[in-house]
Amino acid sequence: MLVLVALPMVMRNPYYLGIMVFMGIYSLITIGLSLLMGYAGQISLGHAAFFATGAYTSGILTTKAHLSPLPAFLAAIVLTACIAFLIGIPTLRLKGHYLAMATLGFGQIVYVALNASVDFTGGPSGFGEIPRIALGNLVVESQLARYCLVWALVVIVLLFSLNLIHSRVGRALRSIHSSELAANAMGVNTSKYKIQVFVLSAIYASIAGSLYAHFVTFISPGSFDLEFSILLVTMVVVGGMANVWGALLGTVLLTLLPEFLRGFKDYDILIYGSTLLLIMIFMPEGLFGLVKKLRSVRGRM
Amino acid sequence: MEPILEAINLSKRFGGLVAVSDVSLKVETGEIKAIIGPNGAGKTTIFNAITGVDPPTAGEIRFKGQKLNGLKPYEIASQGISRTFQNVELFDNMSVLENVMVGRHPRTFSGLLSAVFHLPKAIAEEKAIRDDAMERLAFVGLSSSAQELASKLPFGQQRVLELARAWATDPELLLLDEPAAGLNSHEATVLADLILKIREKGTTILLVEHDMELVMDISDEIIVLNYGKKIAEGKPEEIQDNQEVIKAYLGEDFKGR
Ligand SMILES: Nc1ncnc2c1ncn2[C@@H]1O[C@H](COP(=O)(O)OP(=O)(O)OP(=O)(O)O)[C@@H](O)[C@H]1O
Ligand SMILES: [Mg+2]
Repeated sequence: MLVLVALPMVMRNPYYLGIMVFMGIYSLITIGLSLLMGYAGQISLGHAAFFATGAYTSGILTTKAHLSPLPAFLAAIVLTACIAFLIGIPTLRLKGHYLAMATLGFGQIVYVALNASVDFTGGPSGFGEIPRIALGNLVVESQLARYCLVWALVVIVLLFSLNLIHSRVGRALRSIHSSELAANAMGVNTSKYKIQVFVLSAIYASIAGSLYAHFVTFISPGSFDLEFSILLVTMVVVGGMANVWGALLGTVLLTLLPEFLRGFKDYDILIYGSTLLLIMIFMPEGLFGLVKKLRSVRGRM
Repeated sequence: MEPILEAINLSKRFGGLVAVSDVSLKVETGEIKAIIGPNGAGKTTIFNAITGVDPPTAGEIRFKGQKLNGLKPYEIASQGISRTFQNVELFDNMSVLENVMVGRHPRTFSGLLSAVFHLPKAIAEEKAIRDDAMERLAFVGLSSSAQELASKLPFGQQRVLELARAWATDPELLLLDEPAAGLNSHEATVLADLILKIREKGTTILLVEHDMELVMDISDEIIVLNYGKKIAEGKPEEIQDNQEVIKAYLGEDFKGR
């Protein structure tokens, strides 16, 4: 928390602040994904598409329908939630990883649709002139303002998620993960909670998408491809899915790593890949697993 | 009075194997009824049929006069039937207390939204759940292990914890699948006591168990299964003297004890 407030004071460089803004946007999505993966035990390979739904709904409603950002933002949330619900109902009732397949398909459909419907979305070249967010007279234009807005939202979403984890529903979700047989015997409606968490995680992605659209003011399908969906899942896995803090750690690492590796020219992909590989081999519980171990070692000393 | 549970002509086939064949049984409110029989007789299969885990191939199951067939396991649990498992099924990665707290699930209501927004209603309910679970732990003698991971408990206490968790749902009917398996004789006595105390508080109990001393001690009625068929039914004394039961399961040694 303190780090969040202090950071922009020492780091005035807008380039670095810009990176921090993106880190915040990604965090909004990965926190939700970690709830889905770590607590409901399901994987989504289509969260880029929910991110896109948020971005395009906000973008189109504010430019073409001249709505102000807030109602557009809420409309995006409602639309995304409905889509996620419709995908979740048939797939999360079944055992197994049908959600991963369905979301993979959904992601591809959205990607193709964004490219194809040129009149509506501008097709492959996208569309711009999306208005900025204004709070009264205060227009969110500088990197500092964006930084404050996005990280305020991250904190809120994080609090919501921690509330959820430490509740009756959170306990039910963890029980499903531990023994679905016993959870059922305790009256836990497993598919209901899986669907709810999936919808919640899609809503988080939609919020991130709306922010993204208003921040960069120009969107095109390239930002919402399968690669991005996979990057999001990787962030959660690398950070450690057993915990929302892990998702945050993973997001920080995988946002900063490419920046650090810029100096290595052609070797950057190699180093990036091997870092991921090493983390997965030596820390199967992700970075957060390591933090936990270090803490318990220090506790013993 | 109407029986709390009634199974009518229950059958269960696994491919060519008939695990349960045309078994009818009634459990009266307030009694402790035991199902005994050799390994593979179909006892667990009957539990799985009643709780909807593995529905029967034929036959009807009624709970307080209502048909249970076709309901999902969580719906059956919410109606007031709880159970334990032959191979202990605890939530290993959760604390002892949290395990029992999950048991309060079907008797509480807070949903996702009230949790996310931390509404006062949810906070109050959460406290009630915790207090209730602590009371149950005290009742079964596990208070001191409340914060430990369930998987860290000694096996005997894991059985007790599973019983406490099932009982925390305030079931009208509690199904116990070999609760004393793996316990030493002292632990088994403590467990038998606990089962009697839970019955006192108004829960009907259907019990599967191989520990004959325990079964004969606490049961009001016994049903004997062999190769999926019911071969006898009656009071413990009657069952001990039944020639067919002695031949199929109890053995000559048991007679006249
Ligand atoms: N899911 C299954 N698929 C195939 N066969 C099964 C299945 N479950 C049980 N059986 C078979 O059905 C028969 C009855 O099994 P069940 O588990 O009900 O016996 P049991 O009376 O509980 O025995 P035990 O005292 O050993 O627990 C056995 O022959 C068993 O192998
Ligand atoms: Mg059995």
